[in-house]
Amino acid sequence: MVLGSVPVKYRVTIDRDRCMECGRCIENCPYGTFRWEGDKITAVSRNCTACHRCIAMCPRDAIGLEERPVDYRSHPVWTVEAREAIFNQARTGRVILAGMGNAQPLPSIFDRLLLDACQVTNPSIDPLREPMELRTYIGKKPKRLEFSRTGAGDVELETKLTPNLMLETPIMIGHMSYGAISLNAQLALARAVHKTGTFMGTGEGGMHPNLYPYQDRLIVQVASGRFGVGIDYLERGAAIEIKIGQGAKPGIGGHLPGEKVCADVSCTRMIPLGSDAISPAPHHDIYSIEDLAQLVRSLKEATEWKKPVFVKIAAVHNAAAIAAGIARSGADAVVVDGFRGGTGAAPKVFRDHVGIPIEAAVSAVDAKLRDQGVRNEISVIASGGIRNSADVTKAIALGADAIYIGTAALVAMGCRVCGNCYRGLCPWGIATQRPDLVARLDPEKEAVHVANLIEAWTLEVSELMGAAGINAIESLRGNRDRLRGYMLDEGMLEVLDVLPAGA
Amino acid sequence: MCGIISVVDRSGAAMDGARIRDALAMMNERGSGEGAGYAVYGAYPEYAECYALHVFFDNIIETKAALDTLLETWGAIVHEEEIPTYEQPHLKKVHTPWRYFFRPDPSLMTGTPSPEEDIVTYLVMKVNTAIPGTLIYSSGKNIGVFKAAGWPEEVADFYRIQDYKGYIWLAHNRYPTNTRGWWGGAHPFNLLDWSVVHNGEITSYGTNRRYIESFGYKCTMFTDTEVVAYLVDLLARRHGLDEGLAVRALAPPFWDEIDGMPEREKNLYRAIRLTYGSAMMNGPFAIVVANRDGIVGFTDRIKLRPLVAAEEGDRLYISSEEAAIRRMAPELDRVWMPRAGEPVIGRVR
Ligand code: SF4
Ligand code: SF4
Repeated sequence: MVLGSVPVKYRVTIDRDRCMECGRCIENCPYGTFRWEGDKITAVSRNCTACHRCIAMCPRDAIGLEERPVDYRSHPVWTVEAREAIFNQARTGRVILAGMGNAQPLPSIFDRLLLDACQVTNPSIDPLREPMELRTYIGKKPKRLEFSRTGAGDVELETKLTPNLMLETPIMIGHMSYGAISLNAQLALARAVHKTGTFMGTGEGGMHPNLYPYQDRLIVQVASGRFGVGIDYLERGAAIEIKIGQGAKPGIGGHLPGEKVCADVSCTRMIPLGSDAISPAPHHDIYSIEDLAQLVRSLKEATEWKKPVFVKIAAVHNAAAIAAGIARSGADAVVVDGFRGGTGAAPKVFRDHVGIPIEAAVSAVDAKLRDQGVRNEISVIASGGIRNSADVTKAIALGADAIYIGTAALVAMGCRVCGNCYRGLCPWGIATQRPDLVARLDPEKEAVHVANLIEAWTLEVSELMGAAGINAIESLRGNRDRLRGYMLDEGMLEVLDVLPAGA
Repeated sequence: MCGIISVVDRSGAAMDGARIRDALAMMNERGSGEGAGYAVYGAYPEYAECYALHVFFDNIIETKAALDTLLETWGAIVHEEEIPTYEQPHLKKVHTPWRYFFRPDPSLMTGTPSPEEDIVTYLVMKVNTAIPGTLIYSSGKNIGVFKAAGWPEEVADFYRIQDYKGYIWLAHNRYPTNTRGWWGGAHPFNLLDWSVVHNGEITSYGTNRRYIESFGYKCTMFTDTEVVAYLVDLLARRHGLDEGLAVRALAPPFWDEIDGMPEREKNLYRAIRLTYGSAMMNGPFAIVVANRDGIVGFTDRIKLRPLVAAEEGDRLYISSEEAAIRRMAPELDRVWMPRAGEPVIGRVR
């Protein structure tokens, strides 16, 4: 039987009246969508990923792009997705890979949470005229302070605080490794966090020497593959993050294909040129919470207790209990990554079906930590599908100290969320190591875009706080009273500990 | 809205409640006739060693026996009586106010440095959440809170406030917004030695409540003021911050100010904000908190509610309005407007 190929996803058209045959589309499309046919340019729609690079670069606005011109017989259960996945797997016998975040049409809880604003009895605060404090400290806090009095009656602080990261805004950039993304992309992000007084993660790919000037704003990552991990690397970071799981692919490791491991990547990751970089699903020295506690301790010991240590887990059903264990491990922050988190490459079945929404996870983690009386001692960072400043504000009101963005920062640099990152051909120079493609991304310019995004969201968060009559982020954190659920079921409202709209 | 007034006599001399009744009524424009109340320190010298538990019973027959049994399990009832009240034309008596003079048995609460206080706190939380129709709203030694839904004069006359004497008085005239006007919702709010009167709204209530509940307190009165009493109890009694520092935890200086402080102070204030960030209160408020050693008044960090302080000899007054203070003491030595977040402290010598 002939399976044939699945219908094209997009149809690309060229408006002949407008096209001037300059050939830029050919040059710009790494997927080979355009080619010369005689003296005309034609489009091979099958190759298109809807990355929009050609459209952005066409000087004549001659290119048209439409989704799915061919319909299957409609069926409520056997969706197009379901059938195409079977065709593809029947042909290849492989796991289907996918990039970026969960592509299932699941409703967003964030969109069903409404923020509050003051009227009359409680004046709203104008952030343009009044101070608005978004400064956030990430790290362990004591449960209580101890004081003594000097002979002169002065109060002396006895408690010694452990090191914390000081953020000017609660918005950080999550871990995207050199390898998964290009060095130019990392440089742009690093400049942006430097400019905006926040931090970014290096991902599990080590730290390239070109990033050294920004190291005081970098959080280094220790993942199961231990790529690039050495004492020099640990000492360069402002903080260290142990990655246990990732929202896009809970329970599985990472895989960077050999083709992406160029000389520079191999050097930074400390692995042979062209070899596959495989992070195993588990850390081979962590099979229990006690093991994790030991690793936290060893990393602290190795860096002389000068750096906060974070632990990142994917949002899963048991995230709250795991976070409570992490809180007792000596870790300074727990990062919870929701099921909408992005990725360079993951099995599609994981990306789309494993994990839980960050809204529910943060809420449950915050509640559990409070229940056990340890919430105050550990910071909670939420990530995975944060799309705008309202999501940031809602995540904090649900209990996060700060958030990580990933995809949003990439979109600020040009990413069109085409979901083809795993192919290493990113037309925007982001998720690729091909030198000609990498060169398309200007780190200076994109740093400005990313910094603009962070600044714009920060301003919007201040406005939202001001409208709610709050002038310090501490008073927004875990403040469920400032949220109401709309069209959420009772069970979800209970998990979120949020009242329904109108209540 | 809401009007607050308080006075402390720093020499410890007793004042009767006649003048504070008039001063509170002076601010009737700040209220709506749905709640007023008074707290007096030094009210029960004859039972000074007992905890004075003031209770609202919805009805004596069904609920009182349960409370009696509970109290007798945890200690001894030294004396009990209905709080005398005097019918007022416009005040509807919906609860029966009762008082117990109670001596907890410290041997029943082990492993804590302050067993008696912990027993009383436990009882307040337990009764207010688990015995319907029973509300303990005042639980300090030698202290009494008297409150009801009505105008200040009515409530004062209902309890004959002028007959009580004390060295600290707190009073509150309520304009309820967040919750209906009910007896339990009237101020002052009290736990053990702590009493609070509050004008404003606490926008950080959600954060504060979740924070304080993780230390075992339970917020039962459906109002943001309650949480202030518990926060102060946590910071001042359990964590040992002095009044000044406790206020600095509740209404801390801005980061810009902290950054500009000398090293030692900077470290101190930074540590307070980091550790007690969830206790920090936001929104418009003016608050006076009292305990047996004195009073402290403060506002939110940008002073969205008024607060005036004044002195006359040994007496320190804090109120929403100068006119109210002048009603108590027409001739004042000094009147000033405290800055946003700056505590005004009146300590008994
Ligand atoms: S970039 Fe636009 S104008 Fe140039 S060849 Fe392609 S379609 Fe034609
Ligand atoms: S990073 Fe590049 S390849 Fe990945 S989704 Fe964005 S545009 Fe597509």
